[in-house]
Amino acid sequence: MSAIRALLYREFALAYRQRSELLQPLIFFVMVISLFPLAVGPAPQTLQMIGPGVIWVAAILSSLMGLERMFRDDYHDGSLEQLLISSRSLSLLSLTKVLAHWLSSIVPLIVLSPLLALFLHLSVEMYWALLATLLLGTPVISLVGAIAVGLTVGLSRGGVLLALLLVPVFIPLLIFATSAVNAAAMQLPYTGHLAIIAAMLLLALALAPFAIAYALRVSLS
Amino acid sequence: MVVLSAHNLSLVKGERLLFEQINFSVNAGNLLYITGPNGAGKTSLLRTLCGFSQGEHGEVRFLQQNIQDCAPLFQQKLVYFGHKAGLNAQLSALENLVFWCRLHAVAAQETDIYAVLADLNLLGLEDIAVSKLSAGQQRRVALARLWLKQQANLWILDEPFTALDKQGIALLNTKMLAFLNAGGAIVTTSHQALSPQQKYQELHLEYRW
Repeated sequence: MSAIRALLYREFALAYRQRSELLQPLIFFVMVISLFPLAVGPAPQTLQMIGPGVIWVAAILSSLMGLERMFRDDYHDGSLEQLLISSRSLSLLSLTKVLAHWLSSIVPLIVLSPLLALFLHLSVEMYWALLATLLLGTPVISLVGAIAVGLTVGLSRGGVLLALLLVPVFIPLLIFATSAVNAAAMQLPYTGHLAIIAAMLLLALALAPFAIAYALRVSLS
Repeated sequence: MVVLSAHNLSLVKGERLLFEQINFSVNAGNLLYITGPNGAGKTSLLRTLCGFSQGEHGEVRFLQQNIQDCAPLFQQKLVYFGHKAGLNAQLSALENLVFWCRLHAVAAQETDIYAVLADLNLLGLEDIAVSKLSAGQQRRVALARLWLKQQANLWILDEPFTALDKQGIALLNTKMLAFLNAGGAIVTTSHQALSPQQKYQELHLEYRW
């Protein structure tokens, strides 16, 4: 337990010290979304129609920007080697790192989302649905993304490769998330969509830690 | 007592066979000194001994058990000091070491870490980000682990003397001698001659094409 707590403390201390790096994806997220009302015109119907998709695509892209941070520095300065031979469960440590990453770089994005919903004229029902899909769906991005980061961390310039590997994987998530918000827009129930996203999250939560640990071992060997 | 032994160890990296059929055993209180030219595979051998990569053939045993089978025990007793210091550049020496101690189940408190840093001539620098320290000072911070992890009985050190000044080298040599006398085992590579009073077995790796 003390190792988990120490790791969380370290990750948050680092996040605070690298806050400018954390801020960049966030600003990117806000800027991409604010471009849409300018580009497609401020008509509420159009914006409402594309809004959920825009927010989700922007969320996926901007979270891809910050993903690499998760293991990059640790790989290059050798901390990852020390993590590997620490006699602690590497899966558990990886899960802790993912949690710290989600809290420090994705949660701010969710906190900003009401502002963006306003930009895109989302109705209140749509916003609640969007918030629910973001809360359930973004941890999946962090968990699955960490596997790909673990695999590509040893490559120089793995950044673009990371995006190419991950974007197709997130398509199902994107489909269910946006259709949940669209259902909410038509006053239809969307618990089914949420249940499927929650199922994805549980599956990722159960399997990803082992896959991340394995990927890190492969990268270090 | 044999602490670490290699049995018919071979390692292929990319297309190249780095070494094959390596056999050795390191007893408690002994030092194995791995020599060889650049690129001969010294670091790769050490990483294989730590369990980062698995050899093509053969196995590494810790206290007569395969290191993969007794990984938690092996890791509790091991300190690995690699090319990369394993220090986060944005955290201070103290933060780095406190984290490392918690992670590796080392019971040292902050006061113990202060004391070790003082022994290593790093007093007054413990709260500065590691990136602001000189290369030699950074190595000293990383070496503090050897002082802190008292339950260890095996050190695997990759070029431990790099970037250290004379006084640092003397400090480390003294520490290594004390560790060996206390029954520890060391596997190390170095391009520098070890101190004359150290007895050691040597393993020479040839550069192979």
